[in-house]
Formats: sequence, C-alpha cells, structure tokens
Amino acid sequence: MKTNGSEGAQFRDVSLDTYDTTAALAHAAEQAAARHYEDFLIVDIDSHHYETESFAEITEYVTDPVLRHDALFQGLARPGIGVGNGSYQELGGRIVRYRGRRKEKVPPVPHRDITLMRRWMDAMGTDIACMFPTPMLNLSLSPNLNVQTGLAWAYNSWLCERILAEEPRIKSMLYLPFHDPEACVKTVEHFAGKPGVIGFMVTSTHYRNVNDNGYLKTYAMLQERGLPLAFHSATGSEPGLRLFNRFFGVHALGFCWHNMLHLTNWLISGLPERYPGLKTIWIESGLAWVPFLMQRLDSEYMMRSSEVPLLKRKPSEYIREMYFSSQPMEMVDNREALELTFKMINAETQLLYASDFPHWDMDLPSTIYDLPFLSEQAKRNILGGNAQRLFNLETIVPEHKLARRAAAAKRGASAGGHEAHV
Amino acid sequence: MPEIEVCKNNELADGAVRIVRVRNLEVAVIRHGGKYFAYHNYCPHQGGPACEGVRMPQVVDRLDADGRFLGQGYDESDMHIVCPWHGYEFHLSDGVNVSDRRLRLKKFQVVERDGGVYVAI
Repeated sequence: MKTNGSEGAQFRDVSLDTYDTTAALAHAAEQAAARHYEDFLIVDIDSHHYETESFAEITEYVTDPVLRHDALFQGLARPGIGVGNGSYQELGGRIVRYRGRRKEKVPPVPHRDITLMRRWMDAMGTDIACMFPTPMLNLSLSPNLNVQTGLAWAYNSWLCERILAEEPRIKSMLYLPFHDPEACVKTVEHFAGKPGVIGFMVTSTHYRNVNDNGYLKTYAMLQERGLPLAFHSATGSEPGLRLFNRFFGVHALGFCWHNMLHLTNWLISGLPERYPGLKTIWIESGLAWVPFLMQRLDSEYMMRSSEVPLLKRKPSEYIREMYFSSQPMEMVDNREALELTFKMINAETQLLYASDFPHWDMDLPSTIYDLPFLSEQAKRNILGGNAQRLFNLETIVPEHKLARRAAAAKRGASAGGHEAHV
Repeated sequence: MPEIEVCKNNELADGAVRIVRVRNLEVAVIRHGGKYFAYHNYCPHQGGPACEGVRMPQVVDRLDADGRFLGQGYDESDMHIVCPWHGYEFHLSDGVNVSDRRLRLKKFQVVERDGGVYVAI
C-alpha cells in the first residue's frame, strides 16, 4: 500500500497470484461496521468448507481398513468439466475465490478450516456459523453404500473432534447416511450431545422416501432430543435435470426440486402430525419456491383431502411452522414479491439467515439487514435470534465486536450512540 | 475535481489494476489494450470489490444460418469487468451491467498528461 501525501490517497495493486479471505471481504467488513453488527448476534446457518483439503485427516477416522486404503489412494472427489452433473459453480474462474483459497496462507494453529472460517465470519460480522461439507453433499449419490456409510461416520467423527470441539463459534448439523436407516439411528445415538452438534442433516439429492418406516426411529430420537432435521440441497444426477445443457438450469431448478419433493412427501405422509415436536429446516433453495408450494399444495388439499387423512390443517399452515434458510435470496426486481414471501412464510420467526459462503451465490447479512420492509427486531430475529432460539445457542461475541462496542461506548452514549443487544 | 496521479505512463502492465482509495472511496484504474479505464470499485449487487476479479470477453453462442448451435466463442471487442464475489459483469467500455442496463459502475475520467496517468475523483 502506497500513499500519495498530497491527497491522502492510498494505492494498491490487484494481484490474483495470492489470496486472502480477509482482504477479499474487506467491503463486507465495512458494511458490518457501518450497520453496527457488533450490537447483536448473527448466526449463519449454512456455510461450507472444502473437506477435500482435510481428507487425509478424515480417512484416519475410517474404520473399514479397505475403505480407508481406497479413500486415501483415490481422494474424495474428482472435479473436471466432464462430471455428470455439469457442475460449473466457478464460472470458468470468474469467481476467483475458488482457485484463490488454495493459495491462502494460514498459521500452523489452529486447524486451517478454523482459521478460514474465522476470517470470513469476522469480515461479515457473523458470530456463529453452521459449517457443512461441500463435495460430501453428493455422497448420497455414490452407488457404493459402504462408501457412503463409512465416509459419513469418518467425516462426522473428524468434524466433532478436530473442529467443533476446538471452536465454539463453529457448529454443524451432522450428515445422516440416509440410504441406511440403521446407520442414521447409530449416528444420532453416537453424535447427539457432542459439542457443536446442533442438529442433523440429510442431503436432499437422494432417492429414499422420507416416510419410509425405517426412518421413524430416527425422527423419534431427534424429536425427543429437541434436535432439528435439515434438508440441504445439492447438485444431483436427477434424470430430468439432465435435459439442461447448462448448469444455469441445473442449479436454478435442481436446488429447489429436491427440497420441494421431500417437503411435499413430508406433508402428505402426515409427518408433522406424527412428530409434532420435530422441527425441519429447508436449506439452500432460496425462498421463491415456498409460496409456490404453499399455494399449490393447498389447492390440491382442498380437492384431494381423502388422500392425506393424517393432515388436520392445510399444507400451508404446516409450512408456516417450518424453518427456511434465506440463501440464495431472489432479489432481482421483485421487492413486492419478496415482501409477500416473507409474510407468507412467517419470516419474522421462521426465517434463518444463511450465507452459503464460500460458494458462488453467497449472501451477506446485508441481504436481510437492508430490507426496508423489516423492522429492526425482525432483522435481528432473522439474522440470529431465530437460530439462537431454535438451536438453543449460547451468545458468543467475538473480540473484534467487543472492541467496537467498547469504542462506541467510549464515544459516549450522550452522542446518541446505538443500543447493543445481547 | 481533484486529479490524483495514479502511475507513470506504461508503469501499469496491460491487464493490471491499481486501486486508489481516497477516504472511503475506492476507484479502480484498469489498463487494457493500451487504454485506461477507471471505475468505482463497488458492485451495485452486494457491494463486492467489482474490479478486483478478472476481465473476460463477452461469450457468444454461435448459430448457423438455420439457427443450429455450432458452439461458443468470445467477442474480444466487448470485454467485461467481472465482480469476483458473484460474477456480475459490466462492460469495460462504459461500466454498464451486461444483464441490466439500469445497473452500472460509476465511471471516472482518466487523463494522460506529461508522462503521467491521472484520475479525476
């Protein structure tokens, strides 16, 4: 950084040869300061790391010796333009952080994942983040069921021991190997209650019916423990989606499709009545699909109620009690539609802010904070209060936020300083 | 408007980007094809550092006379500034967003004079 003394101008040259998350998100940090995010809790319920970077460590937790050998030899995921789901998140390099993060330098301790998470969380003003894997979201599509179960157990074990136990600001909803109902039961039995485990997650791109009797014990266990069940979208190999020859379509529709499918099945199987205390969260499908589903299913219900005798209320009434993550929030030329969507889904109590960082369509907290139709309390609910209540989270205030609060206090409440809420 | 000297002529390599920050304003000076362009380094989408990513040409779907798809190509005469946060693209020539002409990066005037390159902020 150079300075031209005559105007106080500062200069820096842009280089893509190095990468630093803090620098890349400098504008996010400025937004956080300008909006005084230090005054309230922000919880991000959907963020990611690249477990491929730690895969050698993860294989240490694989109990099957053959799988451990094969996993270490082959690695977890093979990228490339020829992959079957047409994955093209990086837009040919336009989203520079995909390639850049491989060059990012971190200190020897703490774990690399913890350092990278803290960097973007601090930049965005996020206090607590729920961290999910990335390539393993597609583990449900592996035809080798032993791979699915074995790697799921190993990843969850590694995550709990190496990350969640070390950093209270990072939580997770653990991956359930949904193809194997007994393994789901064992996963909940073993991992529920471990530090940082705030729920369990099913990757939505799977082909098992959520009302299969095999899952009922898992649902009962989750309900008993007060742990939510999340359905997280991913890029799948859905046959219909193969008609798209560009990822544009695979993502636009595919990331909604599987959640639409499973939510509909959840309702028509009467699961909200059978497990009224089990909270479900629908992640990374945006929000525009929800009013569609509410209207469509209510219309079906009025004409086809004999098919769904377990339902005592209209589908939309159950949907209003579910939880949804906000990202990727559809915000192009649709202010009225967005406001109506928030009303329809009861966003003030049911919407949970998510960034999906570091993925290409991440959303900053300002996507919620800058909405003119929300009250300050509604913004704070969505940005952290709803998640704190749902997951029974402790309040954590990182040091940089404490420092900003102290600086504001020093400037004096008499100057009309804002009020901090814990 | 005050002029700030950004660099000496030919100091920035072709393709290079220098960020000038005055108080809270960041202006990116881009050298491309021997010319200089200067834009507000703040994406109208979510505030990303719009000029700190890559520049890419417009992608073209090539069709034959019967409308059949032949493949893709690049139109190098229409370079885009690509915001690194989410991929919003802006014409290098005028800063206007490729998908919605109502969105743009604010353009700043660049002056080459006496061996120096100046931006009016």
